[in-house]
Order: sequence, then C-alpha cells, then structure tokens
Amino acid sequence: MAIKSVIEAVHEAMHEEMIRDKNVIIMGEDIGARGGVFLATQGFVEEFGESRVIDTPLAEAAIAGIAIGTAIKGLRPIAEIEFADFIWPAVNQIIGEAARVRYGTKGAVGLPMVIRAPYGGGIRGGLYHSQSVEAYFAHTPGLKVVTPSNPYDTKGLLKSAIRDNDPVVFLEHKKTYRLVRGEVPDGDYTIPIGKADVKRSGTDISFISYGLMVHYCLEAAEMLQEEGYSVEVVDLRTVRPLDAETILESVKKTSKALVVYEDNKALGVGAEVAAIIAEEAFDFLDAPVTRLAGPEVPAMPFAPTLEDEFMVSAEKIVVSAKKLLEY
Amino acid sequence: MATTRGNKKKSSEDLYSAPELSKLGLTQEDLLEIYSNMLLIRTLDERIWMMNRQGKAAIVASCQGHEAAQMGAVWALRTAPNAAYYPYYRDLAMVISAGVKPVETLCGFLAKEGEPFSGARQFGNQGAIPDLGLYNFSNVVSTQVTHAVGYALASKITNDQTVTITTFGDGGASQGEVHEGMNFAAIHKLPIIFFCENNKYAISVPISKQMAIEDIAIRGEGYGMPGIAVDGTDPLQVFKVMKEAVDRCLSGEGPTLIEAKVERYMPHTSDDDDTRYRDMSEVEEARKYDPLKLLKEKLMKNGILSEEQDKEFQNEAKKEVNAATEFAEEAPFPEPDDFYEHVYSEE
Repeated sequence: MAIKSVIEAVHEAMHEEMIRDKNVIIMGEDIGARGGVFLATQGFVEEFGESRVIDTPLAEAAIAGIAIGTAIKGLRPIAEIEFADFIWPAVNQIIGEAARVRYGTKGAVGLPMVIRAPYGGGIRGGLYHSQSVEAYFAHTPGLKVVTPSNPYDTKGLLKSAIRDNDPVVFLEHKKTYRLVRGEVPDGDYTIPIGKADVKRSGTDISFISYGLMVHYCLEAAEMLQEEGYSVEVVDLRTVRPLDAETILESVKKTSKALVVYEDNKALGVGAEVAAIIAEEAFDFLDAPVTRLAGPEVPAMPFAPTLEDEFMVSAEKIVVSAKKLLEY
Repeated sequence: MATTRGNKKKSSEDLYSAPELSKLGLTQEDLLEIYSNMLLIRTLDERIWMMNRQGKAAIVASCQGHEAAQMGAVWALRTAPNAAYYPYYRDLAMVISAGVKPVETLCGFLAKEGEPFSGARQFGNQGAIPDLGLYNFSNVVSTQVTHAVGYALASKITNDQTVTITTFGDGGASQGEVHEGMNFAAIHKLPIIFFCENNKYAISVPISKQMAIEDIAIRGEGYGMPGIAVDGTDPLQVFKVMKEAVDRCLSGEGPTLIEAKVERYMPHTSDDDDTRYRDMSEVEEARKYDPLKLLKEKLMKNGILSEEQDKEFQNEAKKEVNAATEFAEEAPFPEPDDFYEHVYSEE
C-alpha cells in the first residue's frame, strides 16, 4: 500500500470517479489549467476535457446554483469552493435550495452533488483563509457534511460522497492536505458516510473529534499514556449525520467525554455531541461532558502569536483532559 | 416616474394576417387555442384569488396581465425537441401551458392532495414535475436562474436538444445571481432563454427605484447576448422573438435575454395592499391594454373569432374551473404519514 497525503487522496478519489462514471463533472475556480489552488485537479482538464472540468468565473453562488442545475439533469457535479471562507455567497444555494429540493418536491428531484471546500486554520491564513464552516451546514436536514481527518478516510468518503444521491458538503482541513500522510490502497473502496471511527482504543476518557483535531487528540493521548491514562479517540468523520451509536458506545465505556473541535465553541458540533451524550448516556457519566474548541472571537487572526492563541493544541487538550481525568 | 406601457411598441396586428401567421409557423387554430387557454387561465386566476378571499387559499400571486407573455413564450418553446421551464411564482399561464391541469393547480393553492409539484408541501405551483420539465423550487427570488443555467449546461454536455427558459420579474432582475447566471450562460453559449416579465413593480418599489435604465433588455449586450424588449401584452410578438431565441439555442448560438413589458393588475400577492403605493388610476389605465381583451379584438378583426365562439370558450372555461373547484374543495388535505420522507434518498 502506498503512503499518500490527504490532497493526493482527494485527487485520486476524484480521478477514479471521473473514469468510473462519465456523469461526474467538476467545476470551480482555477480547477482547469491551474489544477486547483491545492492541485486537487491537477491534470484533469488535459485528461477529461473542458466539458467535464469547468473553470468558472469568480462567482460562488453561481458555482453552487449551476451545480444544482446539472444535478437535476442527472449529472454528478463536484463543485469546488476554493476556500471555505468564500462559501458564504453560495450558502443561499446550498442551504436555502439544495438541502430542500428533495423534500420540497416530495422526492421528485434529488441532487447527487458534492460541494468540496478546504477549511480550517493553523496555516497562517488569517481571518479569511482559516474559517471552520461545518456547523452552519450541519444544522440543516437534507445536507450531509463530511469532515475526514486522514488520507485513507478522505479517499473512501469522497468516493461515497460522489456516488451519494444527496448534496454532500465535503470539508477538507487544509492543514492536513500535505501534513497528514498515510496508507491509501490503490483502486476502489468506499467508506460509508455517517460512520464514526475509533482511531485509538482506551478506557479512561473519550476524545470525540474530527478533522485536524483528531491528530492533536492522538498526540495528546500519547502524552497522557505516558502518565498512565488510557484514552479513546473517536473520529466522527461525518458531522451530519452524526454517528450517535459510536459516540455513546465509547462514552458508556469510558464514562468521560471531551469533545474537541477547532470551530467556535458555542452552538457548534460539540454542543450537539454533548447533548446526545447528556440525553442518552447521563447515567454512565463520571464527569461533566466538556467541550474544548475555538474561542468566542469571529475568526482566526493572522499573527502567529494570535493564531496560536486561537488554535486548540495537543497541550491544551492534555490540560482539559486532566481536569476530567482527575474529576 | 417613467412608465413604459406594455403596448407602446409598434402595432403587431400584421402578425395576425394569414401570410404572417404562416411565416411564424402558426395557424388560426393555434391562435384560438392560445385565446381559449388565456381565457381559461384568467378565469382560474380570478377563482384562486376569490378562494383566497374566502379563506380557502392561503396565498396567491396573481398572473393577471402577464398571460400573453407567458403563453407566447411557451408556444415558442414547444417548437424545440425538448423544453425545460424554470418559472417564478407569477407564472400560472406558463405552468398551465406547459401541461399542468387547472384542477391540479387548484389543489395546490388549496394545499390539497393531488397537488403535483410538491404534494402540497409548498405553495401552489412550486416544487417540480420532471415529466413536464417544470422546476420551481423556491420562494427566494431568482434562485432558479442559476439552476436553469446548470440544467442548460448539462443539456449542452449531453447534447440532448433541450431549450431551457427561466423567468423572473423586474424585481428579480436585481439579484446578483441573475448577473452570474447570464454571464456564465453567455460564456458557454448555453441553450437558455432569460425571460424577464417586467411589470414595473418589485412588490411596492417602482422601476425607477430599481434601476436607472428603461429597458432591462439592454443588459444583454453587457453579457454578450441579444437583449430584446417586446410588448408582453401580445402573444404573437412574444412568440416571434422567443422563436428566434429558441432557434439560436438549437443552432448553438447561445442564450438570449427577452424582456416582456407587462402590467400587473393585482397586488403583488393576496397579502399585499397595492393602494398603499400605487395610484389606482394607473391600474385602470393599464387595464385598457389587457392582453385578453386586445387578443380578442385582434382575432375578431381578422375574422378568426366570432362572438358565439367567444361565448362558448367562456362557458367552457367557467365549466372547467367550476369542476376543478369542486374537486379541489372536496379533496382531503395530505395526511402527515409521509411527513419524514424524502429528506434524503431512500436508497
């Protein structure tokens, strides 16, 4: 098995699906000759032609709206939003329209489409290249929201997303693109959307996380291991639908839960995870369900000192975890 | 305030002569069908409005004054091998002409079972009927425009000889996505027609406060597509420019912007009170150019329609709308058994 990066996994998944199904098309800014700003579509326009790899004008609402139109006709568009921070003009089309089309036509029309967007910070991206956007989309029934953490999951989940018959917002943490490498099998495999994955098994506390933060959780688990604590790390992989079963199974075993995410803390994915645990596993808890997440400022600042202040780190996770472990 | 009356463009009576009709590829029978359908749609529209006032239809956006424009457009679309429609909420004449039955529409406005667009999950005439090529998902103004552009893009990719039309009002023309959609369609020479029904009001805001130009059609040039303003009170004038636009679509020449100048005889919707912002003498004046009345005059003048036939059409329209009303009133509201279905694909 070859070792690949997350961005290579993205490229490979789309490449294989483009070959597998001629209805798959890709559209977005700079995805043609440029091959995408992160090179996710490098070589695609040369291989698949301009009618399937469409460089669009700089207009995110149109990218999403036009993707919807092609999906109505039975194509399987992958719409790339260059950075998740730029997705806001398209929100009306994604949340207002795409999410409601199947319900609003009583099943007459479905939208097999993927909206890909690199998200997240820690890369000196400042206010407008660091945002986490998952909670906004995850709030809306009709959408699926996928947030993989490693190359293996990325390839399998992206293939599932492309084959899915509903709109999927596929969020790739851009810091993982080249930083995170791992084994990726050649050829076809899929990972079901909506299934979490236990990335590390343990008995004293559950870290529940997704995206880049999964890696910081794993680092923190190692550090805590040295102090004799056994940490379980649950990677949600998909934030809508949430895999309540895996979350509850883990928490019922460890009796302590720390939900770790980079997005702003309030009203985010962590609140939902915490509520599920409180509603379904209250009797099993030995400590308050706790969230460690981005601070209550509207965006991640640019200067390294300020960015570090924003970002959750393995060290911060250890501090929070210890309070629970010693509770 | 500058007002552009629908019929201020040059007279179109010559289009109704036999040789001109045949040049358009139409017959006198077509004209009678357009007229009788227009009568039916007006009767239906008035009925829906009445049922709103009776507390039976929760909301309606009347199409009165827009009928000729929408029907001329649909008749031209029918000349294409395949057609797709992305209308907006004021397009009763368009959806009926595209194949929706009056009884189905009435079931829609009364939110009854048998509603074909959404199973009465949405307002009347909203949702989709893929078999008729009708897609109208939303109340958010002009969101359908980029959907239609995407549909046309897929038509181009699959080369399926479909011509797509999307409609919006003068109000909708202000949305940024109309710009984005028209720009994209022109770049790729997509088989799509942007059909603006300009009735000079965005709910209460008059055209003078919506834009600094008189003809929205001139925007076409800025995108690299023909932009044509046409008298929307005359179905044949609309048909003529629409037919040319359809032919351009089919020959790969790309999109066209058509602006049909129409009048809105009723308030924006049944929840609106237009006396708060509109001088009623303006509406009275506009009614002199009622497309239904004008078409009747033209048909009679050209010996195509007789008073007896007109009476017959009126009776038929009333009969059909009465029967549809009775059916819709007796139809049940949908049961909530499938309330949770169709959020996601059931596969």
